[in-house]
Order: sequence, then structure tokens, then C-alpha cells
Amino acid sequence: MLCQRCREREATIHEVTIRAGVPTSYHICEVCAAELGMTGNTSESIAELLPEQTVTTPEPVKREAATAKRAQSCGSCGLTFAEFKRSGLLGCEMCYEVFERQLAPLIERAHEGGGHHVGKVPRRALDDSRHAAQPERLAALLGGQKERAERLTELRKQLERAVAAEQYERAAALRDEIRRASDPDEPSEGSLGEGASDAGDDDR
Amino acid sequence: MNGPGDQPTNGGAGDPQNASAGSMPDWSEGTEWLRADGLASDVVLSSRVRFARNLSGFPFMPRSSRSDRAEVLELCRQRLTEPGFVEGSGGARLSWVDLHRASRLDRALLVERQLISKQHADGKLSTGIGGADEPRGVAVSLPDERVGIMVNEEDHLRVQVISSGLDLQGALERIDGLDDRLESHLDFAFSARFGYLTACPTNVGTGIRLSVMMHLPALKLTGEIEKVKHAAEDMSLAVRGHHGEGSDANGDLYQLSNQTTLGKSEHVLLSEMQGEIVPQVIEYERRARTVLLERRRAETEDSVMRALGVLRYARLLQASEAMDLLSKVRLGVMLGLIPEVDQTIVNTLWLHSEPAHLQRVLGHEMNQRDRRAARAELVRTRLAL
Repeated sequence: MLCQRCREREATIHEVTIRAGVPTSYHICEVCAAELGMTGNTSESIAELLPEQTVTTPEPVKREAATAKRAQSCGSCGLTFAEFKRSGLLGCEMCYEVFERQLAPLIERAHEGGGHHVGKVPRRALDDSRHAAQPERLAALLGGQKERAERLTELRKQLERAVAAEQYERAAALRDEIRRASDPDEPSEGSLGEGASDAGDDDR
Repeated sequence: MNGPGDQPTNGGAGDPQNASAGSMPDWSEGTEWLRADGLASDVVLSSRVRFARNLSGFPFMPRSSRSDRAEVLELCRQRLTEPGFVEGSGGARLSWVDLHRASRLDRALLVERQLISKQHADGKLSTGIGGADEPRGVAVSLPDERVGIMVNEEDHLRVQVISSGLDLQGALERIDGLDDRLESHLDFAFSARFGYLTACPTNVGTGIRLSVMMHLPALKLTGEIEKVKHAAEDMSLAVRGHHGEGSDANGDLYQLSNQTTLGKSEHVLLSEMQGEIVPQVIEYERRARTVLLERRRAETEDSVMRALGVLRYARLLQASEAMDLLSKVRLGVMLGLIPEVDQTIVNTLWLHSEPAHLQRVLGHEMNQRDRRAARAELVRTRLAL
């Protein structure tokens, strides 16, 4: 998707605002974001920063919003988001895709800001998709470039916090994790218990 | 890693393929988490690792039909009862129990032994859907009971590995192997962004929960337990009673576990729990025990001996009262105040004085009043001078 401001570069920053119940998405590239003075921690919305005329909902987004409105139930299991809100339980794996937009902020809040999976990936499924040279299946397990970048950003933030709090053991584990996440071809090799030292308690 | 109990020596399991309610083991022994050995076992009773998985292509439990459930159950049961599924146990298999065919008492026993959740015993989801005849089961490694795998609880698979004492790393290594063996034949619901997909979004990501069961009587007596609880909660750990969610800390037993499962790898989680948080709590409890012994010896000794006295002479005992008194006695044992009592006796009594065990040990169902009398008698006999 092209940046809505320059219409040249790929948009990498996405925002959805909901006004009067209508979701509108904005998509801009990093260069434009920098020119607009947006940092990673900005609380200003893209809509406020973009000049008036560029803030139009593009056609595909309008269509998307319309489908989203219609598709308030999961096409696979029939669960509605209202039902999820009542029970707290989802109906099938597809629900995570169908309701991703509504779920993501809830999930992040429940996991102290953790928004991306870090850790084990199903080993046999991973081996299978590597052997069969199926890039799509591989991406479904490991994520695309954007996802990997976001994962690394999250990990680096965690590392900063651990170092600031002088939690060196945690920091060492995070460094290993960053190394693994930077080299997606070798994710979580070795057994899970590895890399953590003993508690240092005497046996009684 | 092989636990000492991995060899199928005790028997009693019956033929796993035919195991159902009728051929259940008699559960008369103590269980792994009460074995009371291992690292830091003066404070940490057991370490437990759990994860949740769902089979791809099947609806999650809240939206699955009875036939979906039966199919998931059969797929998992076949895989779990294959020879050699549990490693290092010389061909031993997991013993399978169909919970929809098990008696209420057997299900209650499994709950008390921490092998299934209360929810799984009832066959009901947190939403209240379901009932005792829903197709569901549990696979248990016998005789050690270190591995327990619930099928069709809130997620298709809930796997747990328990170790005695502080051994989260060992339990994690073992559960990782079980996960790989399950996944070698079953496709799990997984996404690159959210990791392993679970019915409740609070379990996504690694789906892993690390927990330790700690006995913290001295922190309770010195009043510092609230501080520890707040500190743990600040680190987003859950502090619960020994029966998990919603349970009180009867017997000064506290279960500490991680609450978040997304954005933190298994390694990082382990280094937090086993490397930082748990050793600190152990240290606090040990220090509090020293303080009790050095500065409040008479009071502490009095409290321990009174507890022992009541247990040795009472004629009616409630379960929670027994738990609390046994906790004081265990503290006395740990402080060296009552050398004639062995901590294994206390640990076993903790388990055996729970309602379902009491009825199993005595061989018949009883009403509450009779249970109190039977409990008092059991405790009295085991702690007799």
C-alpha cells in the first residue's frame, strides 16, 4: 500500500481512527512520518498531522470498513464479537484474524504491552514448510518482514527495561532472544530449558 | 530427564488402553508434588509447567459440537496412549481416563491430586456450557503422576509437568519434548503474530504458565506475606491458593505463576521466575523462619505444639482447619522443633485429609460430619506418639 501523503513510498505506519462509529484508516511511510515530526511515542494521530485534503478515506479502505461492518461474525465458526465480549472466549483459530483489529489492543493490555509472539514455533510444521520450500506457510509461522521488525522492537524495549532495572539474568536471556529473532532461519533451536542458570539455592 | 518414579514399578495402573473409571489406580500413595525432595524443598513443594494447545481445523471448545469433541478426544487419545509417548520410561504409556465415564469421586480425587482442574471435573466451560457427560479425558503418567494431559478442557490440550522442589527448568525441558511429540502428528492452531492460539486470548503466545507451590508459614506469621503478594503482583505474577484460581491460601500454601504469555519467550520467562523472583521469596521465607526461631522462639514453639496437640487429640476436624494446623506442624518440622515428625507424613496428610481422598482411603462415601470424624481419626493415627 502506498503512502497517502507522498503517494510514492510504501506505507509502513498505519492507524485506524473511529469517528462516530465509522473506522477510517491512515497509512503513511516512515519518511513522511519523520517529516511530520512523528516519533514512535507520539500521541498525536496521523489524521491531525496530515493536511486536510489528504485525509480522505481511500476506496479500498471504505470497502474494507463495509465488509468489517457486515462481518461482525466469524465466517468459520459464526461467533460474533459481542458474544466474545460476553464470554471472553473465542470460537476458533479464524476468530483471531476476523477480529484482529478489535482483539489486538485487548490482547496487548492483557499481556503487559506484549503484542507479538516471541518463543517457540511448532517445530515439525516449520521443518515441513522449509523442506517443501513453501514461503507462504513459512511466513504464516514466522511472520513477514513487518512482523519480525515489530517483534525486534518489542524485544529491544524489554531489554532496555531489564538493563535499567539491573535484571542482568533477564537481560542476558533477552539478548539471546534478540539474536534468535534477528536470524529467523534459526528460531528457537535447542531445548527450552537451555540458557537459564540455576536459581543458586542450596539443596536442603 | 527421568524422574526417579519413571519406571513402572508400582503397578496399579491397569492396562492403559482399557483404563477407564473402573480400572483407575487407587491413588493411595503420595503424589509427585508432595514428595518433598528436590531443590529448596523446605519452601518450594513443587514446580509446575503448563501449556495450552488447540488442534488446527477444529472449532475451539466453546463452539465445538459433541461430534467435534469426540473426534478431538479420539485423535489425542490415540497419540497419547502410543507406546513410548512418555520418554525414558521403558515402554510405559500414559494411563488414560475417560472423564465422562468416571465417577464423581474419581474426578474429585484427580482434582485434589492437581491432575485436572475443577472445571474439567465438572465438564463445564467458564461460560457454564457443558456437563459431566461431555467427551473429555485426562492422560496421567503412572506411577509418578508427573505428566498430566487434559483433553477438551477450555482448550483441546492442556499439558502439565510437575517436579518436586524448585525445578522449573527440568519441567520445562520435559514439557517441550512432549509438545514436540504431540506436534509431530497433530497440527496446532498457530499464528506468527499471536503464537499458539487459545480459546481465551489471555493464554496466547507461548501458552506457557510456570508456577511454583510454596509453603510460606513464617511470612504469614511475621505479617510480611502481604508485602510479598504485592511485590509479586507488581511483577504481574498471580498469587493463588493451592487449588488455583479463586482458592484461599489454606495451609499457607501459595502458588506463584506468570500471568502474561505473549511477547515473552519461554527462556525469558524461566530466567525471570527461576532466576529472580522465586529465589527472592525463598530467601524471605527462610529469613522469616530464622527470625521466628531467634527472636520469638517461645511463641513459635507454643504455636507449633498447640497445633500438634489439636491434631493428636481432636475428634472432629474440618478440612481447612486440618490444613492450617498441618502447616504449623510442617513449620515446626522445618525449624527442627519436632524431630519425631517427618515432613512426608505432613505432606501426605495434607492430601489425604481432603474430602475425596479421605473417602478413598477409608473406602466409602461419607457425609460431612462423618468425614470430620474420619479425618480426625486419620490424622490422630498418623501423628500418634
